[in-house]
Amino acid sequence: MKTLKNVLPRAAIIFLIFTLLCGVVYTGIVTGIAQLIFPDKANGSIIEVDGKKYGCELLGQQYTDDGHMWGRIMNIDVSTYKDENGKTLMYAAPSNLSPASEEYEALVRERVEKLRAANPDMDETAIPVDLVTCSGSGLDPHISPAAAEYQVARIAKANNMTEDEVREVIQKCTDGKFLGIFGEETVNVLKVNLMLDGILEK
Amino acid sequence: MSSVIQYILYLVVLIALAIPLGAYIKKVMNGEKTFLSKILTPCEDAVYKVMRVKKDEQMNWKKYAVSVLIFSGIGLVFLFLLQLLQGVLPGNPQGLSGVKWDLSFNTAASFVTNTNWQAYSGESTLSYLTQALGLTVQNFVSAATGIAVLFALIRGFIKVKADGLGSFWVDITRIIIHILIPLNLVISLCLVGGGVIQNLKGAETVSLVEPIAVSADGEILENAEIDLDTNTVTVDGKKIEDAEIVTEQFVPMGPAASQVAIKQSGTNGGGYMGVNSAHPLENPNAFTNLIEMLSILLIPAALCFTFGKAVKNKKQGVAIFMAMFICLVLALGTIAVSEQVATPQLAQDGVNISMIDQAGGNMEGKETRFGIATSSTWAAFTTAASNGSVNSMHDSYTPLGGMVTMLLMQLGEVIFGGVGCGLYGMLAFAILTVFIAGLMVGRTPEFLGKKIEPYEMKWSVLVCLATPIAILIGSGIAAVVPSVADSLNNGGAHGFSELLYAYSSCGSNNGSAFAGFNANTVFLNVSLGLVMLFARFLPIIGTLAIAGSLAGKKKIATSAGTLSTTNGMFVFLLILIVLIIGALSFFPALALGPLAEFFSNVI
Repeated sequence: MKTLKNVLPRAAIIFLIFTLLCGVVYTGIVTGIAQLIFPDKANGSIIEVDGKKYGCELLGQQYTDDGHMWGRIMNIDVSTYKDENGKTLMYAAPSNLSPASEEYEALVRERVEKLRAANPDMDETAIPVDLVTCSGSGLDPHISPAAAEYQVARIAKANNMTEDEVREVIQKCTDGKFLGIFGEETVNVLKVNLMLDGILEK
Repeated sequence: MSSVIQYILYLVVLIALAIPLGAYIKKVMNGEKTFLSKILTPCEDAVYKVMRVKKDEQMNWKKYAVSVLIFSGIGLVFLFLLQLLQGVLPGNPQGLSGVKWDLSFNTAASFVTNTNWQAYSGESTLSYLTQALGLTVQNFVSAATGIAVLFALIRGFIKVKADGLGSFWVDITRIIIHILIPLNLVISLCLVGGGVIQNLKGAETVSLVEPIAVSADGEILENAEIDLDTNTVTVDGKKIEDAEIVTEQFVPMGPAASQVAIKQSGTNGGGYMGVNSAHPLENPNAFTNLIEMLSILLIPAALCFTFGKAVKNKKQGVAIFMAMFICLVLALGTIAVSEQVATPQLAQDGVNISMIDQAGGNMEGKETRFGIATSSTWAAFTTAASNGSVNSMHDSYTPLGGMVTMLLMQLGEVIFGGVGCGLYGMLAFAILTVFIAGLMVGRTPEFLGKKIEPYEMKWSVLVCLATPIAILIGSGIAAVVPSVADSLNNGGAHGFSELLYAYSSCGSNNGSAFAGFNANTVFLNVSLGLVMLFARFLPIIGTLAIAGSLAGKKKIATSAGTLSTTNGMFVFLLILIVLIIGALSFFPALALGPLAEFFSNVI
């Protein structure tokens, strides 16, 4: 009991000190430096053209038009977020499905059929796996170069462009691996589509 | 081939950074001068002044343990109240309401125990004030507590016929000021530079390139034709009344980078976002991923070298490190191969899972920018360490890949494990190994010059078995509670895996999840919260009791009769003991979940 009386006030003081130090001072310093040196990145890499926010470079959206490049399969959430006027906002979540079940097999088959119907020029070519799977965040903004190439013929036709013109746009939106080794090569789907729509410069 | 180089480089860079950090931590532990002393020691002294602590205070093991418990208790109550009351507190631009009592308890227990299980979803449940003042603070102090207990144990080995194990207050102050804050300032600035958000603004909205139509009862209408001018939605030529057109996307904001840094380096793992480091704003590219992923194992690996240096037996540190490292590599190899091969259900006709111009393999639940190599490495690191952050969804792993992540946790989080707690857990296993090996060859068991007697054995067994007890009893009870079945996202064997994973994660203070499992119910919040508290504090008390007893013993000289604890034989025995205890405890449960799922595919 005596130790308890002894320890309690001291523990409370030190807890208070570290709450200030780690919660306020540390967070404050990082926020300050971040806003000073990397204001764009620290504020969410939002693509703004002529005052309109066309999307967040790092968040995936769903595309179904033939003229747009399609991204990862999305598990869209329209029940969690509303804006201040009560209008629904789009967000997304991962599927968390086991890839070893029969239901999953059927789901993937359905996705394959849908993609084949939309890309008749590709005949029986096997579809790159990222186009038939849901991502880890549900909001993956990228697809692989293989998945982009698969859609070139369809996109070109729908936009009256040549296939090489489409490939050029894809090339501009492709990022290599970090230091040539780490991670994977990626194509940013939003940027491709904003270029196809003429909002971003090709 | 290039992905093999990637795996190897991740491990090489980790070791290259851990060795110097280990030497630095040893200096901090003893209060020696370092290259940062000039700036940091005055801050340290200022803290002592305010809290009126003497730098040379010595606590016996009981006082040390009481201090740990009371300090953690205060944190628990504070974080619990902070969440309940966040609705009326400032720092809440989203206007979120207070968190329910059971979820508050669960989250408070989870952060105080360094588990960081996420029954909450950060961006939709917690205000900025709660994130910074509650979660970030606990990320620091719970990590510091783990390292401090390890320091006390190391002193138990070093000291001869002494009573004191050092001062808990001095230890956590030094750890936070000299190690955690400087390290995390560097990490978080790297992260912001790489694109992780760090601001105090409310959430943003941006336009969608293609609007989405939603029916009145919240269903998404596919193949809908949307006319934005007249605000009408038609499907197959039929006009849908009351349909809503969604034209904007939600973009979460807030002080993420600073919290992500410490959640990684302190083996906490509780994400700023619900989907943790899979979220592109929390981990936007391969560079930020490299920093975040290395941070997971950096301190746990460094502490092995700290230990070797501190007990003046570097080989001992290396031996412990090797035992952990070998297990890690085996686990990583298994996960990587099974994810790259994927499942027959995914690799069906018409799907290309090759590695040409893409990562290939099982991409369900994985991000394109990370692919298989980076996702598998993270999965192995995060479950080996008791970190629990994820950059891909473990629920969607192949049965074998998912089982390895589960097994890594069930081994008691001693394959590097949490900061401090991983190593003191492993040392308990080492004591067990010395005892068993000693019995086999008929020698007096001793470790680092201290005789191992029944008192140390009893506590070591408790430390080693706390995790299996917590997991098996917890998941056993949950499996017979009818309401738990509603929380499962998948059916059959995989459903049981989800449940087992939840209790494994909490019982080992890991915090990752098979995230389809809906853990936010009163029963699960409370029971998982209790499991976390049990599995954290029982081993802490046991470790301190061992430390106290060892410190009081005399040192015996090494003789020809001493069993070497630094050679390959000892490393092998240590791994064997860890695996036997883990595998025997969990084989029946694993057979019902992941193994059943795997074999139903094979047959």
